[in-house]
Amino acid sequence: MQNAELFTLTYGAIVRQLLTDLEEVEEVNKQLDQMGYNIGIRLIDEFLAKSNVSRCVDFKETAEMIAKVGFKMFLGVTASVMNWDADGTCCSIVLEDNPLVDFVELPDTCQGLYYCNILSGVIRGALEMVAMKTEVTWIRDMLRGDDAYELQVKLLKQVPEEYPYKDDE
Amino acid sequence: MIGTGKIKQYANVLDKPLGKGKQEVSLSAFAFLFSELVQYNQTQVDNISELETRLEDAGYAVGARVLELLCHRDKGNRRETRLLGILSFVHSTVWKVLFGKVADSLEKGTEHEDEYMISEKELLVNRFISIPKDMGTFHCGAFVAGIVKGVLENAGFPAVVTAHFVPVEGQQRPRTTILIKFAEEVLRREARLG
Repeated sequence: MQNAELFTLTYGAIVRQLLTDLEEVEEVNKQLDQMGYNIGIRLIDEFLAKSNVSRCVDFKETAEMIAKVGFKMFLGVTASVMNWDADGTCCSIVLEDNPLVDFVELPDTCQGLYYCNILSGVIRGALEMVAMKTEVTWIRDMLRGDDAYELQVKLLKQVPEEYPYKDDE
Repeated sequence: MIGTGKIKQYANVLDKPLGKGKQEVSLSAFAFLFSELVQYNQTQVDNISELETRLEDAGYAVGARVLELLCHRDKGNRRETRLLGILSFVHSTVWKVLFGKVADSLEKGTEHEDEYMISEKELLVNRFISIPKDMGTFHCGAFVAGIVKGVLENAGFPAVVTAHFVPVEGQQRPRTTILIKFAEEVLRREARLG
């Protein structure tokens, strides 16, 4: 575990670089999501190795894993899961504390920016590697004036694992 | 139903309490983030020195902010005016806050008056990075060099800061040295202060 401030400041430097290079807030959002996706597909390996959890039975358990174990392991904060819909395929993960946004204020020129969009990419990438295609969107964002950070995770479909080898060869 | 307490909304981010700086994230979270930073910059540049410059610029911004934060929180808004003072500030306080330990050593250059070196056996940022042969002398420590440059320049000690690998006998991985070359005016001022 190491100091969160270096992490926070480095993330700020990344967002600043993206804003200077890409100039369009939407482009920056997409790029952050893509970077998060790249991180997520590798992060899931480390998560599974370090946390030693068994296979999740259903999506509800998956969401709890992410919120309680995943966020704690990597960001040092705990999130909570709420707002389950009737099928159990859509829920919200709520973060009260977010180390990415310490010292950050969104200027008027960047109001459309989802500063923490890297997190949605990370979750999407990680879940895709364990056979779940999801859609992750921001519902509440403290930098935009809400009182917490809320991510909506929606399970689109479960992709069955395909074996790369044919049995009869 | 008893309402849960709402977090106090601060109108201005400057009014929020600073916090003690004890919050922690995992090393791998930072390593992933740094790798994405390097990967993104690789797509934006054509050659190695531009890549190093971009990493240094990113580090510069971090350094400027770290200086402000630490001066306010740890040093009670006092600022260093002497060369050795600011160097030991970087070597101990800044390194301790950012990387969890003080830097391995601080040396004065033997060849030139204005050169100083901070050495580290293995920079935190380089721990999970391997440089392919065709990248030659590229060093991800350019990010850390940028941080040091940001701290020094914003404290009033303009300098050119670079990161180098120094092979050490008996060790497989080379040591990293951050070379700091101060500008003329800093040395003149230091001489005047006596």
